[in-house]
Amino acid sequence: MFFCWLTECQAFVEEFEGALGKGKGRKLYAYKVMMAKKMIKFNRDFDNFKTACIPWERKIKEVESHFGSSVASYFIFLRWMYGLNLVLFAFMFGLVVLPEVMMGLPYGSIPRKTVPRAEQDRAMDISVLLDFGGYCKYSILFYGFYNDERTIGVLQFRLPLSYLLVGVGIFGYSLMVVIRTMARNSDEGGDGGDDGQFTFAFKMFTSWDYLIGNPETADNKYASITTSFKESIVDEQENQKDENIHLRRFLRVLANFLILCSLGGSGFLIYFVVKRSQEFANLDQDDLSWFEKNEVEFVMSLLGLVCPPLFETIAELEEYHPRIALKWQLGRIFALFLGNLYTFLFALFDEVNAKLEKEKSIRNATIWGLNEYYSNYSSYHNTTDIPPPDIHPADVIRGPCWETAVGIEFVKLTVSDIQVTYMTILIGDFLRAMIVRFLNYCWCWDLEAGFPSYGEFDISGNVLGLIFNQGMIWMGAFYAPGLVGLNVLRLLTSMYYQCWAVMSCNVPHERVFKASKSNNFYMGLLLLVLFLSLLPVVYTIMTLPPSFDCGPFSGREQMYNVVMETIENDLPAFIGNIFTYATNPGLILPAVLLMVLAIYYLNATSKNYQNANLELKKKMQMARDEEKNRRNNKENTNQVMQDLEDLLPNRSLKSPKVAKRPGAAANGKGINIQKDVSLAAPNPKAAVTHPPGPRGPSGNARGPPPGPARGRGRGTPPSRR
Amino acid sequence: MGTTASQLRKDLLSEYQELTFLTKQEIILAHKRFSELLSKEDRNIPTPRVPMEKVLSLPELKSNPFRKRICHVFSTSDMKDGSLTFEDFLDLLSAFSDSATLEIKSHYAFRIFDFDDDGTLDGGDLEKLVNCLTGETDDTRLTTEEMRQLISNILEESDIDKDGTVNLSEFQHVISRSPDFVSSFKIVL
Repeated sequence: MFFCWLTECQAFVEEFEGALGKGKGRKLYAYKVMMAKKMIKFNRDFDNFKTACIPWERKIKEVESHFGSSVASYFIFLRWMYGLNLVLFAFMFGLVVLPEVMMGLPYGSIPRKTVPRAEQDRAMDISVLLDFGGYCKYSILFYGFYNDERTIGVLQFRLPLSYLLVGVGIFGYSLMVVIRTMARNSDEGGDGGDDGQFTFAFKMFTSWDYLIGNPETADNKYASITTSFKESIVDEQENQKDENIHLRRFLRVLANFLILCSLGGSGFLIYFVVKRSQEFANLDQDDLSWFEKNEVEFVMSLLGLVCPPLFETIAELEEYHPRIALKWQLGRIFALFLGNLYTFLFALFDEVNAKLEKEKSIRNATIWGLNEYYSNYSSYHNTTDIPPPDIHPADVIRGPCWETAVGIEFVKLTVSDIQVTYMTILIGDFLRAMIVRFLNYCWCWDLEAGFPSYGEFDISGNVLGLIFNQGMIWMGAFYAPGLVGLNVLRLLTSMYYQCWAVMSCNVPHERVFKASKSNNFYMGLLLLVLFLSLLPVVYTIMTLPPSFDCGPFSGREQMYNVVMETIENDLPAFIGNIFTYATNPGLILPAVLLMVLAIYYLNATSKNYQNANLELKKKMQMARDEEKNRRNNKENTNQVMQDLEDLLPNRSLKSPKVAKRPGAAANGKGINIQKDVSLAAPNPKAAVTHPPGPRGPSGNARGPPPGPARGRGRGTPPSRR
Repeated sequence: MGTTASQLRKDLLSEYQELTFLTKQEIILAHKRFSELLSKEDRNIPTPRVPMEKVLSLPELKSNPFRKRICHVFSTSDMKDGSLTFEDFLDLLSAFSDSATLEIKSHYAFRIFDFDDDGTLDGGDLEKLVNCLTGETDDTRLTTEEMRQLISNILEESDIDKDGTVNLSEFQHVISRSPDFVSSFKIVL
């Protein structure tokens, strides 16, 4: 019924459309209207296409219907990470790896690209390859392979410059994307405040998750809603009983102390293990067992597995509210991961410094050897045109190349992290589910209901793992360009593997909770990790000298000298002048000062807006109270106000025209602020499914449109009567 | 999948796209699912109507405690039996879709929660709402005392004009403060 009315309208408009534009501009107007319509259609089709392109929608929807939106939010986060890594991979691959492979020198032509003679007979062994030595080490995966020629190939591609810019650009792009997503999330979330104001109403009206399609999940949800109702009722009823606050405080201090101890212990353990691995590196590789070679990564992953449950058990001493306890737990796990990562980095730094020391002596030896060769040659053959020494690249004496070593460490860490995660899922979830399912037939107690039962999906643990994995990638990408590609593969397989594992081995949470605002919390963590992984990379670029014989920056004093060289040699002179002026401290300091002042100003303005908001809310509340007073009890609290009201023309009796609708009588007591609510949807489709409200008088839809215009997407839905 | 229902006409498809919040794929999928619910005789009549029981057999609605109310709210049937035509079905999906606005969703949520269709949420409506949310079994229901306490707490929070009922504007005021509502008030085929 509604649609045929609409079809009539559409036909009418189409017929007389051209006539709406009068006079000379008629054809132009018709043309403009046609273009606008085509634009809308094109936008809609493009939106449809974009939605169709998003991968894994069905998979995530399936998970969502079984487990609720919180578990699905982990997979949505994983998909977002995959997209981010794909872009980073495109940058790295397209601008650094591909030019080197296609236009650079091939393997074996220069010393840095060749496996040294001493290692050649074992370079193809599986064990060496798995350790990323041998042919792996001297390949595009790592920093050391890249040549330092200023331009390569026919296109004069500047590889060293591109390498540096891509390395820094990865951070810039990630920063942009993360902040943009955070801003978008905070927009949709509504104002985060007013948390305690509507607890019961929210529980009542918004607690059901309509995406749940599985009866088992629905049952769990019912149970959790009931529990939360009962909890809130009890909370509301009981007074603030601070029973034995001293004991509670003591227990909390004790718990924090224990956790600090374990954090310190884990940091020390990692430092110790890395030191030992440096000693092992000096020994002959064949004497070491696999365990000793991979000790560092093994210990780090083990700590990441063991400590979180330990923290949870200690946290039971504290007796916090579950939501607060979860925040503490997340904070502690974050501190653990951070501490571990930074300890690892510091230990790595020691290793780098040691390598730099060794490099000095080798470099001196090389330079001395070359000088000897040149002087001997010229004195023997009596020419000044000396060819380069005729030594096979594999025999040339090599420096230790600390950047490749760092890259190898990060790649090994990532690989072991992947292995541990997959193993945990396999054993902790799959094997456990198999045991519970099949041993249940012949076991004394009910394995499914009691211990150990099926596992639940650990959302926070998985999300934190993902965030820290990304942090390691960010740190290592500069030294191992192949790491980003590795991560893309890892995320892809993770998606399928974890989706399968969750659907087949896990059960829905007992307390099915929603993903809501915590989305921005995880984004905030990601941002923090991004900054923390930016620091070591920038520090090494700025302070440590590059190796003299490997990588795209070899031979230079500092890595960033590439940029200076490019500015001097390739760009016109005045740009060089601009840069010299721009890097003048006299210019930078005022700029920094200006930014600080701008931040202060924006902060002050935002505080003012918040205050204005509060004032408006209070005014609204007061206005409603006044209305209520006026309607319910004729005597007003404020006699002056009453007199004023009497003097003015009948304002209160003639409510806004909107109330003239027949339904107004039913909700006449309430303040009709419906007219303030606009349905102007930002949706380009803009059309609203008008609730086909008035059923009785069928012609009501054609009646005089109340108040604001009833065009597409505007106006209030008519009340039901 | 087996049913060869009449294909959706192109002009109807573009019209539905303009009138609802759904994308083209979603409308086509909805048409397919709707046709599967129709019985053989109904397929050939111009605007077929699916009885409520069949609609409730959809997996997306089967576990929903408000499924009957949803059918009643979106139904345009004169007999008030909760049966849905295809356009009612699209209405339903559009209101529950991702791109529907907060105002639309809160409007429909209000109508769904209003069990006696009188335009306000009074004590009786709230009590039925709580019973729906806590499930059917006896051990999950609240006691009368708890129910009374709960309802008075809710009215205290949301009833601004203190008339003992929650009307649409008060409801929308509460809902607009909730960060979860838009993301949880969603049904996707």
